[in-house]
Amino acid sequence: MFSWDLLANAVVAGLLLGGFYAAVSLGISLIFGLLDIANIAQPAFVIVGSYAAYVLHDAYGFDPILTGILLTPVFYLLGALVYRIYYASFERRGDEALRGLVFFFGLLFIIEVSLSIKYGVDYRLVQTGYLSRSIDLGGVGIAFRYLVPCLIGVAMTAALYLFLGRTFYGRAIMAVSQDQAALRLMGADPIHIKTIAFGIGIAAASLAGALLISIAPVIPSTDRDYIGRMFAITVLGGMGSIAGTLVAAMILGVVESLMATFFGPSWSLAVSFGILLAALAVRPAGLFGR
Amino acid sequence: MNRTRALLAMVVTMLVITAAVGLTPVARAADPIRIGLGMALTGGLSANGKPALLAMQIWKDEVNKKGGLLGRPVELIFYDDQTNPATVPGIYTKLLDVDKVDLVVSGYGTNLIAPLMPIAIERKLTVLGIFGLANNEKYQYPNYFQISPTGPDPATSTAIPFFELAAKQTPKPQTVAIVGADAEYPQTALVGAREVIKRFGFKTVYDKTYPPSTVDYTPIVRAIKATNADIVFVASYPPDSVGMLRAAHEVGLQPKIFGGGMVGLQFTTIMQSMGSKLNGIVNYDYWVPEKTMMFPGITEFFKEYQPRATKEGVDTLGYYLPPYAYAAMQVLGDAVTATKGLDQQKIADYIRSNEFNTIVGKVKFGKNGEWAKGRTLMVQYQKVQDGNIEQFRQPGKKPVLYPDELKSGTIVYPYSAALK
Repeated sequence: MFSWDLLANAVVAGLLLGGFYAAVSLGISLIFGLLDIANIAQPAFVIVGSYAAYVLHDAYGFDPILTGILLTPVFYLLGALVYRIYYASFERRGDEALRGLVFFFGLLFIIEVSLSIKYGVDYRLVQTGYLSRSIDLGGVGIAFRYLVPCLIGVAMTAALYLFLGRTFYGRAIMAVSQDQAALRLMGADPIHIKTIAFGIGIAAASLAGALLISIAPVIPSTDRDYIGRMFAITVLGGMGSIAGTLVAAMILGVVESLMATFFGPSWSLAVSFGILLAALAVRPAGLFGR
Repeated sequence: MNRTRALLAMVVTMLVITAAVGLTPVARAADPIRIGLGMALTGGLSANGKPALLAMQIWKDEVNKKGGLLGRPVELIFYDDQTNPATVPGIYTKLLDVDKVDLVVSGYGTNLIAPLMPIAIERKLTVLGIFGLANNEKYQYPNYFQISPTGPDPATSTAIPFFELAAKQTPKPQTVAIVGADAEYPQTALVGAREVIKRFGFKTVYDKTYPPSTVDYTPIVRAIKATNADIVFVASYPPDSVGMLRAAHEVGLQPKIFGGGMVGLQFTTIMQSMGSKLNGIVNYDYWVPEKTMMFPGITEFFKEYQPRATKEGVDTLGYYLPPYAYAAMQVLGDAVTATKGLDQQKIADYIRSNEFNTIVGKVKFGKNGEWAKGRTLMVQYQKVQDGNIEQFRQPGKKPVLYPDELKSGTIVYPYSAALK
C-alpha cells in the first residue's frame, strides 16, 4: 500500500500533530522538567482550559483560541495559587516527594468531578468556520484544525524558549531548577521564582485546552488520555529542555502518523513509547537533557 | 396481673397472626423495596451512565406516585462506578450486604457488567443488564436479562443490518474496509463484521484497529481512502466516531456506504456539533422519533425526561439509552408485581417466560437473556443542518432503513449523493 503521496501526507500530519502535542506538553515540561514538581494534575488544567473555551464559545460565540489566549492571566494566577498551597503544605516541610504527588493526584480528581457536576458529562466540542477547513498543497492535505494548533504550539515553544533564555525572570527560573540555594545567595527568592514558573506552566494549559477542544470532543475525564503522552514527551525531549519538548513531540507525532498509515494504528502508541525507551537507553537524560 | 394477662394476650395474638401469614417475617408496608446498582456517573461512560440513571429515577418516581410496588415505595440505591470495572464487585457487595437491597440492575456497558456476572451467579441474583454486548455468552446464566435489542447473536447485531443493506444496493458494492478501536465493544463488533462479510461475499481490503486514545484520525482515514473500498464499516466509541467523521470530510473519503457501528453519533451534543457532516452516514441506532417507533408511553417518557435532562446537564434528547434503561425497570417492576414478591428465582422465571409491554415496544427475552429477536436499527442521517438541535426532534432526519417492519424512509445511495 506504500505510495509517496501517502508518505508525504503521513509525515505532514505527524508534524502537525506533534506541534499540538508540544502545546499540550509545554506546561509539564516547565513544571516537571524544570521545577521537578510532579504535577500530574496538569492535564486536568488543560481540560479546564477546554471547558472555558467551550463555555465562552457556547454563551457568547467567542473564538476558542482567542479565549485561550485571553484567559492565560487567569490561569497564571490560578497556577500561582496552587503552587503556594503546595509549597506551604508540602515543599516547605520537605514532604513533597510522595505527599506532593498525592496532592496533585487529588487535585486532578477534584477538577474532574467539579467539571462533571457543573457541566455534566456530555462530549463537548467547539467548531469554528476557519478550523473546519482544509487545503491541498500538491497532494498533501492540511486540516486547519491541526495546522492552527501546530503553529500555536511552535509559537508557544519559541516564546517560552526566548523568555527562559533572554529575560531576567526566565534566567532565574533556569537557575532555580539548577541550584535553589545558589539563587538564594544571589538575593533572589526561589519561591517567588517558582511561583512565577508554575503560573506560566498552568497559563500554558489555558491555550492548550482551547486547542484540544478544537481538535477533538472533550469530557471531564479526557485528561487521563494525555497524562502518559505529556510526561513521555517531556522525558524524551530532556528534562527542562523546551526545544527538546518540541522535537520530542514532533517525533512522537510523526511516528504515530507513519504507523497509523502504513503498519496499523494499533502499533502507534506502542512504537512511540518503544522509541522513548530506546532513546532513554542511549541517552538517559533525554534527547536534549543535560 | 391484669396488665400481664393483657400483654400475654397481645403476644399470643401476634404469634397467631404471624402463623397465619406463613411464619415468615413480613416487610412493613412502609418499608421500601430497594433496588441497587452501580452506574458510570464519572469517567468515560458517564455521558450515557447519567442519562440512564435519570431514566431509572423517572420510573421510580412514577411507580411511587402510583403507590409503589406491592404497596411499598421503591428506593434506588446507587453508587458511582467511575467507569472502572474494578469498583463493581465492591459496589455490589456493599449493596447486598450492607444496604441489603432487594433487587439489582447492572451499570451501563459491557465492561461494567462483566465483573457483576460472577457475583450474580454466586448469589443467584436476577440481573437486568443495561446495554452489555454478549456478557452472558460465556456464562449462559439463566437469570440474566439484557435490555438492548441486539438479539440472540450480539456480535453480529450491527454488522448484519449494515451489510444486508449494503448488499441490496445497485450497483452492489464489492470491497470492504473495516476499522475499530482496541476496546471491548468495537472488537466484538469487528469479529461479527468479519463473519458477516464472508457470508455476503464481500472482499476485505482493509482491516485494522487503533488505540482508543488516538488523537489524529487523518492517517487512518487516508490509508482507508487509498484502498478505494466501496464499504467502510467503523466500530468506534464517541471520541473516535467524531475523529473519523471529521477526518473523512477533511480527506474526502467517499465510499459508497459509510458507517455501521459508530457509538456517539446518537448523542445530542455530538449530533448538534457535527451537524451536516453526519449526512449520508448509515449507522446503527435503537430509537429515533419516526412514526414507526412510537410505542405506547414513549412520548410521555420524553416529556418527563427531556426537561429534567436539560436541568441536570445530561443528554438532552435522550433517544439512545434512556428509554431502554426505563424499559429495563418496567420489566423488573412488572415481574415483581406479577410474582407478588421479591423471590429472585420466581422473578427470573417470570421474565424468562413472558413478554413485556414497555416504552420501547414488546420485549421478549430468549437465548442467554438477550432479546429473543434482535431489533438493531439502521438509520441514515439525511438533510441534517448545522447547529440545530430542534431538527432531531422531528421525523425525517434519521429515517429507519432496517428492519423492514419498522422502515420509515429510503436510503440515499451512494454516500456522496447524500452529501449534496
